[in-house]
Amino acid sequence: MIDDAAQRAVEAVARDSYGRLVALLSSQTRDVAGAEDALGEALLAALSSWPRDGVPKTPEAWLVTFARHRIVDQARRARVRADHAEALRRLAAEGSKPSGDLPDRRLELLFVCAHPAIDQALHTPLMLQTVLGLDAARIAQAFLVQPAAMGQRLVRAKTKIREAGIPFEVPDERERPKRLDAVLEAIYAAYGLGWDEAAGADSRTRDLADEAIWLARTLRARMPDEPEIRGLLALMLFCEARRPARRTAGGRYVPLSEQDAATWSPATIEEAETELAAAARHGRPGRFQLEAAIQSVHAERRVTGRTDWEAIAVFYDELVRLAPTLGARISRAAAVAEARGPELGLARLDEIAPADVADYQPYWAVRAHLLQRLGRRGDASKAFDRAIGLTEDDAVRRFLLESRG
Amino acid sequence: MKYVMLIYEPPVSFESRDQVRSSPYVAAWRAYYKTLVEAGVYAGGAPLKDVATATTVRVRDAKRRVQDGPFAEAKEQLGGFILLELPSLDAALEWAARCPAAAVGTIEVRPMDEEIHETIVSP
Repeated sequence: MIDDAAQRAVEAVARDSYGRLVALLSSQTRDVAGAEDALGEALLAALSSWPRDGVPKTPEAWLVTFARHRIVDQARRARVRADHAEALRRLAAEGSKPSGDLPDRRLELLFVCAHPAIDQALHTPLMLQTVLGLDAARIAQAFLVQPAAMGQRLVRAKTKIREAGIPFEVPDERERPKRLDAVLEAIYAAYGLGWDEAAGADSRTRDLADEAIWLARTLRARMPDEPEIRGLLALMLFCEARRPARRTAGGRYVPLSEQDAATWSPATIEEAETELAAAARHGRPGRFQLEAAIQSVHAERRVTGRTDWEAIAVFYDELVRLAPTLGARISRAAAVAEARGPELGLARLDEIAPADVADYQPYWAVRAHLLQRLGRRGDASKAFDRAIGLTEDDAVRRFLLESRG
Repeated sequence: MKYVMLIYEPPVSFESRDQVRSSPYVAAWRAYYKTLVEAGVYAGGAPLKDVATATTVRVRDAKRRVQDGPFAEAKEQLGGFILLELPSLDAALEWAARCPAAAVGTIEVRPMDEEIHETIVSP
C-alpha cells in the first residue's frame, strides 16, 4: 500500500516536473546530459528510499538536492575545468539549502534548445527530450529517423551545448525576436508531428500536439507581451478545435472544406480568438498571428455557413511577403483558386521552382485538384499520381485515389 | 548510397493482386512506382509471388537438396523488394513510409554493402 503510494509519487513528479528539474539543474552547469543523468539517478534513488522513509514533503526539492550532490560528486571525480568550478561551488552551496521554492528555468532551456549554434533539425527533438522528457526512441519515431541515430544526434547536440558554453539565458531585446522565432518554430514543428500522428497514436504516450500547446502556454505565462507566442498558441488551438472533424468514424480523411463545422469545438475556438485578439492589441503582426488569423476566418464558417476566401487570400499574400515558406505559397495558391478562380491559383503554383516541390506532397495534391477543376484530365491524373506516391497517410491516399477517379 | 527496401505484406495484400483493376492498393502502388521513377531514386526491384511458390536449394557433401518452401507460418511474407539510390538513410526511411505496403505490412530498410559489392565485382 505504502509502496504503491510512494511509487506513484515518484512517477507523478517524473511526469509533471521532469523538464523543470532538468532546466534547473542544467542552467548552472550548462550540462544538459549530466543533468538528465543526475535526475535519472535521483528518481531511481527515490524509488528505493521513498517507500522506506516516506514521501518527502517537497518531493521536487528532494530530487534536486540529491541530483545536485550527484553532479558535484561526478565533477569532483572527473577533472573539472576551471570555468566550471565556480558553477559547481554555487551548486554545492545550493544543494545543502532546503529549497522549497524552485525557480523555473524551462524558458532558458527552450532558448538553449533552439540556439542558432544547434542544427535546426535538432531544435524540436532536443526540446522534446530535455523539456518534456520524451525518450529518444519515441522522438525518432515521430521524426522517422533510426532510433540509435536520433540518440547519437541528441548526445552530440548536448555535448555541443556544454562545450560551446551556450548560455542559459533569455536573449536581450535586440536578439530576442529572431531567437524567439526559432523557439516558436520548434514548438510548432512538435505540434505538426502530433497532428500527423493523430490517426493511430498510441494512447499511452502523451500526445505531442498537447505537449506543444502546453509549451506555448508555459512560454506565454513567462513572456505575456510577446504577441507571436499568443499567435502560435491561437493557431494551434484553432487547428485543435477541428481535430475530431478531420476523420469520419470509419477513419476516412475529410478535407477542411468538407468538414461539418458543427463538430468543431466552440470552446477551443473561443480561447483561440481570445489569444489572437490579445496578440493583435500589441500592433506587431507576425507569421504566427497571420496564420492564426487565416484559421480564424475558416472558423467563422461555423457561424456564417460560408468561407470568406478573399480574406484568406489577402492574409496569405501578407504571410508570403513575411515568411515565404513552401507551405504558405502553396496554401496561398489554393486560397487564390477558391477566391478568384483555378487559373489564377495554378499561376501561383507555376511560380514555384519545380526542384523545390519534387518531393512535396501538398504541392501535387493542390495542383491535381486545380487541374481537375480546369478540366485538364490528363495533367490532373499525372499530378494525382505524384501526390498519391508521396503520401504517407493511408486515409489521405484513399481520398486522393477517389478524387482522381 | 544504395538502399534496399524489403517489403513484407499481409495475406490481404497478396490477394489484392487478383483485382488489379479495382484494388486501391494496386492503384496506390502504380502511383508510388511512377513517383519513385520521376524522383530519380528508383534503381530496380521486383514483386515476388507468394511464399507457397518458393523452392529452396542446398548442396551438402556434393549432394543437391531441393525442397518446397520455406513454409514458416508468418502473418507477413516477403512480397518484393526495391533498390533505391539516395543520399541518406533518413531519405530512405521517408520513401519507405510513403510505400503503400507500409500502411498494412512492414518495410525493412537496409543499406547495400557497397564495399563488399565493389570487392566482388571489380576485376
